[in-house]
Amino acid sequence: MTKRVASQSASNAGSDVDPAMLASIGKVIGGFAARPDNLLPILHGIQDALGFVPPASVPMLAGALNLSRAEVHGVISFYHHFRSVVPGRHVLKLCRAEACQAIGARAIEAHVRSRLGIGFNETTTDGLFTLEPVYCLGNCACAPSAMLDDQVHGRLSVEAIDRLIDGCGERP
Amino acid sequence: MSIRVFVPRDTSAIACGADAVAEKVESEASSRGVDVVVVRNGSRGLYWLEPLVEVETANGRLGFGPIAPADVGGLFEAGFPHACSHPLALGPVDQVDWLQRQQRVCFARNGITDPLDLDDYRVHGGWQGVQCALSMSAQEIVQIVTDSGLRGRGGAAFPCGIKWKTVLDQMVAQKYIVCNADEGDSGTFSDRMVIEGDPYRLIEGMLIAGIAVGADKGYIYLRSEYPLAQRVLAEAIDRARSASWLGTNVQGSGRAFDVELRMGAGAYICGEETSLLESLEGRRGQVRFKPPLPAVKGLFEKPTVINNVITLASVPDVLIHGAEWYRDMGMGRSRGTLPIQLAGNIRRGGLVELAFGMTLRELLHGFGGGSASGRPIRAVQVGGPLGAYLPESQFDTPIDYEAFAAIDAMLGHGGIVVFDDTVDMAEQARFAMEFCAIESCGKCTPCRIGSTRGVEVIDHIRGGTDSQANMVLLRSLCDTMLHGSLCALGGLTPLPVLSALKHFPEDFVLQP
Ligand SMILES: Cc1cc2nc3c(=O)[nH]c(=O)nc-3n(C[C@H](O)[C@H](O)[C@H](O)COP(=O)(O)O)c2cc1C
Ligand code: SF4
Ligand code: FES
Repeated sequence: MTKRVASQSASNAGSDVDPAMLASIGKVIGGFAARPDNLLPILHGIQDALGFVPPASVPMLAGALNLSRAEVHGVISFYHHFRSVVPGRHVLKLCRAEACQAIGARAIEAHVRSRLGIGFNETTTDGLFTLEPVYCLGNCACAPSAMLDDQVHGRLSVEAIDRLIDGCGERP
Repeated sequence: MSIRVFVPRDTSAIACGADAVAEKVESEASSRGVDVVVVRNGSRGLYWLEPLVEVETANGRLGFGPIAPADVGGLFEAGFPHACSHPLALGPVDQVDWLQRQQRVCFARNGITDPLDLDDYRVHGGWQGVQCALSMSAQEIVQIVTDSGLRGRGGAAFPCGIKWKTVLDQMVAQKYIVCNADEGDSGTFSDRMVIEGDPYRLIEGMLIAGIAVGADKGYIYLRSEYPLAQRVLAEAIDRARSASWLGTNVQGSGRAFDVELRMGAGAYICGEETSLLESLEGRRGQVRFKPPLPAVKGLFEKPTVINNVITLASVPDVLIHGAEWYRDMGMGRSRGTLPIQLAGNIRRGGLVELAFGMTLRELLHGFGGGSASGRPIRAVQVGGPLGAYLPESQFDTPIDYEAFAAIDAMLGHGGIVVFDDTVDMAEQARFAMEFCAIESCGKCTPCRIGSTRGVEVIDHIRGGTDSQANMVLLRSLCDTMLHGSLCALGGLTPLPVLSALKHFPEDFVLQP
């Protein structure tokens, strides 16, 4: 199992001890019955609220659900969706799967990597973008596809993805 | 009376601009003083025409597409929403040849109704399957499903009725229905389309399964890559519950059944049924040893029916029209209809629901219209990332589970990904191994380690290092994975690799 490695983003430093963050984690956990099968829904809740699952949530989850820290950590690291470091202001997911490959995804991927100067699971130094791979968005008849934050975009070209990136502003 | 205009609320339609089109239709209409109400329907699956705008008239629904936001002004100039001529006008949508030639069962309502409108659902034949089920004994329901010949549409094609019977026969009070909506295969989107475009159909199918086997609780495991489907389904479950189609006393029948929506988290292996159960229980998605079968010991160790979205969505019509009606469609042991998904480099991609038996060639050319690039189609991958790559010489294979097995291929969930002649098949073989390495659950060595070695070996071959020796190594590696893997991820990854090697050997030779 290859967990895609995430790069440490500059803005993450010290964020683990932010009391407001701990409070939001606690609030999410408190919203669910303390059963182990609620671990994934809780993790989704935390990531939806904070953009990532801070390492500080591991002991809190272990305590609340009566699991070992190793078990909780094992679950977080198994699932590609969960990230343990704070992402950029925008998350751009590029589809790398076959239907998108068949119609130009590799060229788009190469272009975006070089334009943003980062690889997958990395964040630009200005904190604007995190780039992630995704394997199919169910948009395979209108490929190539990407997801910018929660929005899927289809029939992409290098020009179209440039416009999407430009639309996020703040970059030269 | 206001004129009803339809603009799909569907992931692909929106990915091509449907939200902006809907807004533009509303603003143009109001600035021109035209009384229009925009309905957000599901997609009909004519994806090359999305965003497909339809207007309801006395003579049926007229279509226009593909409509970009910038086209909307011109559309109104031409007389829209009244009958008008426009370069993007398609005429009556249900007479579009591509749609007319299909046999829509699961997708009969898609694109026609407002997906969340319960009245619309009822008016278009919704809940009739449950009503049938409520008037039958559990054994009768299971018998009809068995007799219909319906096989699981998630990939393994296991007879649905036999699975249900196993669960029915378990003398245990608590049983579960689990819907597999993980839809991880590239080139597939039929589950998503049902959920976004006709979600009550899935709920109805699960309800029938619950009545049939004596389960009062269902879970839907939906992949996290489908945020719109998540929103639609969550709302549909709420509304169905408010209208007493779910809950402690379904429509006053005295039967209880409720459904909970759970989200996956970006792991392909969680589409495998036992891994999915592990995930639902809150653990890493590692594949379980079988036996025990999930039908005997499944979710929380209770007897569990696990079915794909399309399997469950097919059940209401089986009950309404009868086993014979369903079984009369298809060929060989593949009965009924299969929603086929045309994707990748294809001119007219989308959803084609047909009885089994149509050839690949007819799908690719008759429906698909050839490649999108206009270049020759060189290869198609059928059945997702674990499916074989097929060359032109195999395009006369009919859509039939056994016919595909006979050529070392598989239909899987019915996705067809089209590649033109610019494809590098050695690169595709490499990706198959890479994908297996990324998504392996880690339980067995041939899959976990073998896939990484596979990538390296293919790199050596492509780089011209010791090609002959590495070719031998690749074949033996594939053999080990085929025979030494616990599940089909490791066990079938050799399929795309070996088929690429067999049919496109020239791509594995370093070109001078
Ligand atoms: C690696 C792997 C991935 C799978 N992914 C899916 C999937 O995404 N959706 C699905 O319905 N079945 C998937 N399956 C098949 C399931 O294990 C199982 O056969 C299916 O859910 C049973 O439902 P059905 O009989 O209705 O097809 C997968 C199997 C394997 C081995
Ligand atoms: S074949 Fe791969 S995915 Fe399947 S059980 Fe073995 S390691 Fe896990
Ligand atoms: S393969 Fe990219 S959206 Fe399906």
